[in-house]
Amino acid sequence: MAVAARRRPLVETNRVIGPGQSFGKIDDTVLTPVLLGVQQTPRWWWIGFGISLMFLGLYLVSIVVLLTNGVGIFGNNIPVAWAMPIINFVWWIGIGHAGTLISAALLLFRQPWRTTINRFAEAMTIFAVVCAGLYPILHLGRPWVFYWLLPYPNTFGLFPQFRSPLDWDLFAISTYASVSVLFWFIGLIPDLASLRDRAPTAFQRLLYGVLCLGWTGSAKEWQRYQRAYLLLAALSFPLVLSVHSIIAMDFAVAQLPGWNNTIMPPYFVAGAVFAGFAMVLILAVPLRRAFGLEHLITMRHLDNSAKLMLATGMIVVYGYLIEIFIAWYSGVEFERYMIWNRLFGDHAIFFWALILCNFVAIQPLWFRRVRQSPLALFVISLIVSVGMWLERFVIIVVSLTKDFLPSSWGDYISTFWDWALYIGSLGLFSTLFFLFIRLLPSIATAETKETVHHYGHEKLDPMEDVREQYYAEVKA
Amino acid sequence: MSTLSVGEAHRTGAAANGLYGLVAQFGTVEDVMRAAEKVKAAGYTRTDAYTPFPIEGLDEALGMKPTRLGWVVLAAGIGGGLAGFFMQWWANTQYYPLIIGGKPLNSWPNWIVIMYELTILSAAFTAGLTMIFRNGMPRAYHPIFNARGIEAASRDKFFICVQSSDPRFDLRRTTAFLESLGPERVVEVEA
Amino acid sequence: MLDVPPMNPHDEEERPDFAALREKLASKQGPAYWRSLGELAETEEFREFLTKEFPRQAAPLQNGLDRRDFLKLLGASMALAGLTACARPPLPEEKIVPYVRGPAEVTPGKPLFYATAVTYGGFAEGVLAESHQGRPTKLEGNPDHPASRGATSAATQAEVLSLYDPDRSSAVRSGGQERSWDEFVDAVQAAVQALPGGQGLAVLTEHVTSPTLADQLRRLQAAFPQAAWYQWDPLHPDNEVVGMRLAFGADVRPVYDLTRADVIVSLGADFLDRGPGRLAYARDFAQRRRALTADTAMNRLYQLESSPSPTGVVADHRLALKPSDIAAAAAALASRLGVNGPAATAPSALPSAVLDAMVADLQAAGGNAVVIAGQEQPPVVHALAAAVNAALGAVGNTVTYVQSPSARPAVHAEEIAALTAAMRSGQVRTLLVLGANPVYTAPADLGFAEALRSVPFSAHVGLYYDETGRACTWHAPQAHFLETWGDARAFDGTATIQQPLILPFYGGKSHHEVLEALLGDPEATAYDVVRSYWQGRYAGDFEAFWRESVFRGTVSDTAAPAVPVSAGAVNAELPQGGDLEVALVYDSAVLDGRLANNGWLQELPRPITKLTWDNAALVSPRTAERLGVDTGRVVTITVGGRSVDAPVLVQPGQAEGALTLALGYGRTAAGSVADGVGVDAYPLRSTAVSFSAPATVSATGRRHQLVVTQEHHALEGTGEARHIVRAGTLAEYREHPDHPGFVHPVAHHEADLYPDFAYEGYKWGMVIDQTVCTGCSACVVACQAENNIPIVGKEQVARNREMHWLRVDNYYGGSIDDPTFYAQPMPCQQCEKAPCEPVCPVGATVHDSEGLNVMVYNRCVGTRYCSNNCPYKVRRFNYLQFAQLDTNATPLSLANNPDVTVRSRGVMEKCTYCTQRISKARIEAANEDRRIADFEVVTACQAACPTQAIVFGDLNLAGSVVNQFKSSPLNYTLLEELQTHPRTSYLAKVTNPNPALERSA
Repeated sequence: MAVAARRRPLVETNRVIGPGQSFGKIDDTVLTPVLLGVQQTPRWWWIGFGISLMFLGLYLVSIVVLLTNGVGIFGNNIPVAWAMPIINFVWWIGIGHAGTLISAALLLFRQPWRTTINRFAEAMTIFAVVCAGLYPILHLGRPWVFYWLLPYPNTFGLFPQFRSPLDWDLFAISTYASVSVLFWFIGLIPDLASLRDRAPTAFQRLLYGVLCLGWTGSAKEWQRYQRAYLLLAALSFPLVLSVHSIIAMDFAVAQLPGWNNTIMPPYFVAGAVFAGFAMVLILAVPLRRAFGLEHLITMRHLDNSAKLMLATGMIVVYGYLIEIFIAWYSGVEFERYMIWNRLFGDHAIFFWALILCNFVAIQPLWFRRVRQSPLALFVISLIVSVGMWLERFVIIVVSLTKDFLPSSWGDYISTFWDWALYIGSLGLFSTLFFLFIRLLPSIATAETKETVHHYGHEKLDPMEDVREQYYAEVKA
Repeated sequence: MSTLSVGEAHRTGAAANGLYGLVAQFGTVEDVMRAAEKVKAAGYTRTDAYTPFPIEGLDEALGMKPTRLGWVVLAAGIGGGLAGFFMQWWANTQYYPLIIGGKPLNSWPNWIVIMYELTILSAAFTAGLTMIFRNGMPRAYHPIFNARGIEAASRDKFFICVQSSDPRFDLRRTTAFLESLGPERVVEVEA
Repeated sequence: MLDVPPMNPHDEEERPDFAALREKLASKQGPAYWRSLGELAETEEFREFLTKEFPRQAAPLQNGLDRRDFLKLLGASMALAGLTACARPPLPEEKIVPYVRGPAEVTPGKPLFYATAVTYGGFAEGVLAESHQGRPTKLEGNPDHPASRGATSAATQAEVLSLYDPDRSSAVRSGGQERSWDEFVDAVQAAVQALPGGQGLAVLTEHVTSPTLADQLRRLQAAFPQAAWYQWDPLHPDNEVVGMRLAFGADVRPVYDLTRADVIVSLGADFLDRGPGRLAYARDFAQRRRALTADTAMNRLYQLESSPSPTGVVADHRLALKPSDIAAAAAALASRLGVNGPAATAPSALPSAVLDAMVADLQAAGGNAVVIAGQEQPPVVHALAAAVNAALGAVGNTVTYVQSPSARPAVHAEEIAALTAAMRSGQVRTLLVLGANPVYTAPADLGFAEALRSVPFSAHVGLYYDETGRACTWHAPQAHFLETWGDARAFDGTATIQQPLILPFYGGKSHHEVLEALLGDPEATAYDVVRSYWQGRYAGDFEAFWRESVFRGTVSDTAAPAVPVSAGAVNAELPQGGDLEVALVYDSAVLDGRLANNGWLQELPRPITKLTWDNAALVSPRTAERLGVDTGRVVTITVGGRSVDAPVLVQPGQAEGALTLALGYGRTAAGSVADGVGVDAYPLRSTAVSFSAPATVSATGRRHQLVVTQEHHALEGTGEARHIVRAGTLAEYREHPDHPGFVHPVAHHEADLYPDFAYEGYKWGMVIDQTVCTGCSACVVACQAENNIPIVGKEQVARNREMHWLRVDNYYGGSIDDPTFYAQPMPCQQCEKAPCEPVCPVGATVHDSEGLNVMVYNRCVGTRYCSNNCPYKVRRFNYLQFAQLDTNATPLSLANNPDVTVRSRGVMEKCTYCTQRISKARIEAANEDRRIADFEVVTACQAACPTQAIVFGDLNLAGSVVNQFKSSPLNYTLLEELQTHPRTSYLAKVTNPNPALERSA
């Protein structure tokens, strides 16, 4: 069915939901590929999954090497005591944000276009947080005692040191991870129920039946369900804002020039959303092709994500400018030198590369033509992801190389294992994601049906026909 | 009474005749809404509806009271936050005081972040879990699943159920009444 | 008998069955005892027991060792087995006398100190050796010793590591296989007996000041009239001897009294860091320089040198001259002061204005001035300096010429030449080399190694099976100075009796024992020899004399008498200059190479260059430009046909046209640490070339990675704006102490959010006086020895992972071509509002009740956040398992301080103000129910510092010296705008340039 759907030539639509969608049809499009037997699993999935597993293997190998030899296998040193593991940690956490933002914020703002993308966006969040969460533990000098950060009187009857932003991280990330999972699972319940009711085999019926906890879809259930879901959204929104603010405090709280900026939290959050939507697009564009979801994840979704990317991207750029201004305005030698070093020092290349990726590369998004081209969005999103990685490199490493005393200025050179662990974490992410799209509905059917019920037949804006026509021509 | 969940209604065991109730199937949201209002008007109280997605007003239409979940969650959130503060205050001033960076033992501004996170954590889990348990989930069996074609309730059909435990329930008259609502069909559901 | 206790007494591993051993012993009776003990030793349980208790000492067992060594181990182990109660060094009848406590009693956990002496180039520097249950772990200076005055050099601090060095020779060797001491002694005696009257017997020693050794050698020559005794010691001040003969025609050596010197002119002399007496000179120099208040009368130092040195760092006027120019300058100076010497015109590098000022200053100071010539300077410079001192009337005041402490004053270059000639001509049939390593160090043109082959019987006794040991037909291990009795004279002739701290567990013998064996008494111990010598010298209550001398570490009234001198004309040629000149120096850490296998010294960032694990040709930026080379480029340096390839290190402050290259590297048989490190510069030396000569230099295509722990940082620009080093001249200081040079221009509002904690009890603080700090880095090694700081190796240092808790920062003022130097020791600043603490998520670094910023190793999880947030970057992290945790793996762990934790991989560490020493004092004071007195706690760095630049003490103790220092207007804290309130503060650097020269330091 899905295969057939993909073959059918499609007219891209700009509605939140493509024309001619019926409740049943949504089920068929979304649920069928999930319920397919092992034999019918498409080849592209096996290939993708296999490659992911290879990288996952690399990840595990580097972890073993790390634990046997110590963090010395990385390029870290004194003064650069934090480097790639922390960069990757912040990078991954940032990526996670879009998912929660889409599912929570857009729900609160009653944005109908969220429904078809929130499911896989949330999955992305969870997997990204998993990748991120492992880094702070792995980069410890003694990872096996990471539990000393947990809030109970552990070894020596000592509590953790609650003034440390790193302990704040622990609370923020674990809260974020668990609440995201809960939110995601509750969103899944009705879909799991429909999978149960569609399941061709007894095993699948049992599996999804257990997972959906015996959901009947009664009005009373829906009543509590919706209230709970709304509350979770209302709680997740401030949560997602707090998480990256707290990550930012790891730096803002320190007195290192280049870290000690009050602007860090908002500017990190913006950066997170920026990177997050980039990742959403990186995943959405191929996904809608693979499953033929063009009528569910429509141009409208891509277009809006692109707009958000542009907006948050410009906020981030503003952050760069304000850092430079404040350094000059403060009149503090250390701050001024830090900026000079960032712009023209040994590692200046990274800064300018980052400007290229995060500022120059997103300017085309001002044009609808670009925002409406999946390929362009895909490429720009990739560039942005690189840019956000560079941003963290500039903030963390370049600031550390040259701080207060010239006598202790140093340099940083990454090692093979730095990269192995990074590439490996990408493998972990994609492995989880491939399993997700195979075993769970990557679109929230119940919510989509609701959307169809509300918006399925009315036109959202008067220009729509014109645009429909325009796309038809573009296609031809 | 009518706020009882389906599960509880079932457990009242009113259905001595081995009948759980009657289910009417509708094809569209409009039909089921109209039907719901009529059912309520007819004075049925032990009723419920089964739909593939939430339909605004259907609960009121069936005369259900709004949920009080919000208040529970609020309380949980405040509790979590206070617990967070107390833990940090106690650990730093009472249990194991240490001079850290020349700061006072109870440097409360440092506690805020963790309080904030614990507030959200406890509130969120209270919301999610309360919903699940109040809905009687996880549940292994529900008589409604005995209704023929009910699986469409998770696809594209809408059902209204009048339970046999309803005081006004009478197999013949209720069936007739439901037929009068223009359903696609009416089926009996054995307990 | 001595025993080395097991490293970890608490170790619960099951002990071998002593009862069984005792039984076996009990069963044996009478004369059969030794033999049967040997048998006993063959039994399984004994060997197993041995390896359990003494894995390190038992190691030699595996590579087989001779009976004597074995019995020694046996004895040691039996002592532990409880067969003998005595647990103190060494054999019972040899009473050695602890420095501080009464008759030897070991309280477990309480170290004892013993006075002894270390010798460099034959000259003794007194030390107090700290011994934990018979295990030397640390050397401190001996305050009662004239050459130490309580201070030590970096090299001395590292000697304990050499003591336990597993690469030290542990067996007699001949013909490629291991032999026994008996065989060695028999062989030597046979070889000597074969020579009628000792005809053809030659003994080569290092520079001998030891009265006992001298006496033995005299007796040897009496026994074998035809035998010849030669001396060769690269560290011996040859040029000084020749110079003195030139100037006074006598074998004297200058001893300076810098407490009287107002004006000092140094002719290429690094007298604060090199040569005999350096520690005493540094102490006296600092005494005349410290400027706590503005009314201090400071001395003034003119430093003429080819390469920046610690002495240059504290100079008021520093002039970079290439070697030949220094000689020319000396001549010019001399002639201006009316000395009849070689005609010379002042070199262009020495502006006439400076020369005039210098001359005027010297004349004004008259007898209170002194001119010092450097060891590396040619004889003529020494002669000229002597003549000038005489002309100034300084003799008897700032400088005294005393009788040479040498047993036989000699020019070693001539002696080694004579010996080689004799060897080549076949006159030498039997050669006995005591300690020296001529194959590696002898002047290259002599071809000593190849001459050695024509000697039928050659025996080498040395600490290492080194180049010479391998080239000789026999080699025997020498006992380390901490392992044997001996004696030696200091730079001023004062004699010290060296006492052993431990039995030689590598089975070495002292030179005394070897010579005594040669004289026919193989069983005589060093103790017998030394004691009987002094017994012969002393009339009266010998026991009291012996006890007193050994106890104090000096023999009273042995200082060399002053010799009345009169200087005539200095008739000597000035050395030939060249466009490019090479200047060879002994490495400030590994000296002439004798300490090359010492990891602490190899990893020590050398003063000023900050170079580790290498030596390099230092060139000035201009010269580098001219040669078209940069740091790391390998150049070929050719002197008189012989050439060496060495990497270049561009060093501001280096004299134009001068390439300074350190000797002591490129070892081939020194041990696993030293071999292959650096390049061997000895090939450039010859009978004609002692230290410097014109050279030709050509760049090769090759590069070599040089690892420096710090780049060169100019104070100008951002450095200046950070107010890290504050400095000014004495004049400015007098005019207005709040001179911007001394005080941070930004007014500091004490805008702290939180009130300060009040520290009622003790409140520890430190002040570092930059005026007198030379950056010699003795403190760095002292800290390393005291705190069990691991070395990480070149590759890790290159990754900025060196572990030194205390580093000496280097800054440059002025232009890159004529810089002034600032040395700033940087321990943990012990901030009261420490930025490192609030960011640690597990509370692994916190403040204690005395305001110390303590590091809890076993709580640390290794987030490294504290290091990121430390503005001084004084924290060090164990990125890998740097420290040796398995104490059985290497004898080096025997050098560990039992009072300090050995840190594991993944934890942060840093300076603790030697908290273990504070605790020790606290406990003692508490027991005696009193407060800790001033200077009762002395940190390792403070103890080692030759100039006493580091002062530590209790800030709550009224009138404590540290408080006096802190109340000086020069006192400031680093990066004070960060409001970290460091407990460590600095005194701004004050210099005293000649007002006549406007250029100020």
